[in-house]
Amino acid sequence: MSTLVDAAPAPTTPLPRRSRLTAAKRRQYGAAYTLVLPFFIVFVATMIVPLVYAGYLSLYRTRLIGGTSFAGAENYIRALTDPLFLSGVARMAIFLVIQVPIMIALALFFALALDSGMMKLARFSRLAIFVPYAVPGVVATLMWGYLYGPDFGPFAQISRSLGFGPPPFLTQNGMLFSIMNIVNWAFIGYNMIIIYAALRSIPSELYEAARVDGASEPRIALSIKIPAVRPALLLTVIFSVIGTFQLFTEPKLMHTLAPNVIGTAYTPNLYAYNIAFVNQDANYAAALAFLLGIVIMIVSYIVQLTSQRKERLS
Amino acid sequence: MSATPFTRRKFLISTAAAASSAWFLAACSPDEGSAPEAAPSPSTVPQADIDQALDTETTLTFWTWVPDIENEVKLFTTKYPKIKVNVTNVGQGAPHYQKLRSTIQAGQGAPDVAQVEFQFINSFTLGEGDLLDLTPYVPATLKDSYPEWVWSQVFTNGGLWGIPQDTGPMGLLYRDDLLQAAGLQAPKTYDDFASAAQTYRSKNPKSYLVNVAPNQPGQLVAYLWQAGVRPFSFDGQQTVKVDLANEQAKNVVKFWGDLVTSGTASNDADFNDSWYQGLANGKWATLPIAAWGPVFLQGTAGKTSGKWRAADLPQWDASTIVSSNWGGSTNAVLKLSKNQVAASQLALFINTDKESALKFANEQFLFPAMKEILADPGFLNEEFKFYGGQKVNEKFAQISETVGTDFQWLPFMDFVYTNFNETLGKAFADKTDAVAGLQAWQDACAKFAKDQGFTVA
Repeated sequence: MSTLVDAAPAPTTPLPRRSRLTAAKRRQYGAAYTLVLPFFIVFVATMIVPLVYAGYLSLYRTRLIGGTSFAGAENYIRALTDPLFLSGVARMAIFLVIQVPIMIALALFFALALDSGMMKLARFSRLAIFVPYAVPGVVATLMWGYLYGPDFGPFAQISRSLGFGPPPFLTQNGMLFSIMNIVNWAFIGYNMIIIYAALRSIPSELYEAARVDGASEPRIALSIKIPAVRPALLLTVIFSVIGTFQLFTEPKLMHTLAPNVIGTAYTPNLYAYNIAFVNQDANYAAALAFLLGIVIMIVSYIVQLTSQRKERLS
Repeated sequence: MSATPFTRRKFLISTAAAASSAWFLAACSPDEGSAPEAAPSPSTVPQADIDQALDTETTLTFWTWVPDIENEVKLFTTKYPKIKVNVTNVGQGAPHYQKLRSTIQAGQGAPDVAQVEFQFINSFTLGEGDLLDLTPYVPATLKDSYPEWVWSQVFTNGGLWGIPQDTGPMGLLYRDDLLQAAGLQAPKTYDDFASAAQTYRSKNPKSYLVNVAPNQPGQLVAYLWQAGVRPFSFDGQQTVKVDLANEQAKNVVKFWGDLVTSGTASNDADFNDSWYQGLANGKWATLPIAAWGPVFLQGTAGKTSGKWRAADLPQWDASTIVSSNWGGSTNAVLKLSKNQVAASQLALFINTDKESALKFANEQFLFPAMKEILADPGFLNEEFKFYGGQKVNEKFAQISETVGTDFQWLPFMDFVYTNFNETLGKAFADKTDAVAGLQAWQDACAKFAKDQGFTVA
């Protein structure tokens, strides 16, 4: 990414003006635009147009009786005072603060372990850690749903045979942590691969120099490897922030197991979905989706900003 | 707009009547059936036009989730070879309706014929209405082919909105062996049921007489229906009645809530893996379920074969037997269809032709809606090994005759059912005051209706 951005504002000729373009240059530009055109057509058709349409929808109000009328910001005001939406956002914020650090820390640990070259069966381990990501979310959640089951799940059976009650996996208090566990299980491998790829691209001369200076392996990891993969870490954090606020599949499927714990508004995305398809209120759902997008942008921006500040300070 | 003065008058009548809900039910509901706002019944389509439509090259699209329905459709296309039918399964229940509503809104891509469950018919008759009134396309005697309660599900506000396909009269399945071991019999009344639940529980610390599913509004509504509660109505225009928290309903809900809070009944969510295993492992000795339940249970709890029996639901009043309905669906024709005549004949044929209707009953195990099939000896006399050789179909055919009539639905049952999980269902799940949960359910539904612009009577 950064190389592309850096390369762009480096013109070889000072102040190239359109009129002075040679025929060859013009052909080059033409070819470039032709090549990116397919992307932009699809991008506009599947991103921009639906976004604009959703934005338009969010300004109206449709009722089963009485039809559609202009509502201005009414849907947005309603959302900002909607306890169900706000509690969903708050729940995801808790999720973010607890789950993402655990996931990134474990992913980093595994990536460093694999990269250290001191592991036997490194390839097998790498694959084994990554495999859960390849399992479709639906299958994963069904599988965990069985494992968590309070009657016939293996954990419950073990716990019962030891004389304890079933573990509170699917209860009001336990559910959020149960979902965190599923997400960790699925995404540690994915994040590990990103960090691992970044680690592999560090020039080995740095390690040699460090070893000559007498640095131990943990020292190398702390002072060379982790700083070097900071951009990759940032990327995984931002992906995780977006993924967290858009959490949908896991709670949607856990709903059948614990329908009264996971209500219609357990996560903001689930709430927007239910508003659109159960309450048949596409307008309010569009407003919720927009607000959720804004929340994600703000949080992502804060993450980026703090990490940049750290970089400047260091 | 011409409906406004009428609605206001109706609103006043209803408000006055709300003081006495019994009178309201008796006097007002039938009035709504024959309401003056009903569209003037269009004259019958001449047989010649029907014959001509069926003798024209036509392709119909049919959205349904019923497995192997191609077999019944084939009977139709064999009889009328110029008609081609594309059967598409776009999902069962909620996903199906979502797609249906989307295509209707878009004005294109909608099927000619669609599966529509009883409780969702009204949601498609709002405003101009999305469904075709089938009255002109069917024989005038069709009404007589069905038990009264079935007809009252499809013929509302002066129109026939679907041809009934299957029904779900409620009965009680029970484990004969487990009840006998506890020295009990299938309870005849709810008083018996409550004491049996206690006895059973005291003798079986690991299992229960019954489960109260906190995620199953359909079952709870069936309990209300059985007790004579008529919580919903819709006049086809913009007036609805939401009366979930009346005294009768409170009694019913208190009954089940007390079983849960005392720990006499379990409160597990149903239709998930854990529940299936519970059924197979004897966690519950009874299962109040609709007529589609027996075959379903056979597939779920195969290893308990021979131990189950079917009976009537327990009764509130021992002197009469009353049941209710849970589930059941129709085939409806969309107004958007360009081949309304042919489409209506498809819906009519597969559900009323004797061979086709028997196929549904005997091969797909859909519990029949038509009297003729309910009385068919081949259907009635089948002995189910799983139920110790009992003629289960015969039992449920008897129950079908006892289902209370005139139960109506709101035009937004999706919301009502989903909200159940967060109000009354949540009370069951958390073992808190069920009657307060019922009131919360009522309030949420009434508020939703008002927000959507309905007049709430």
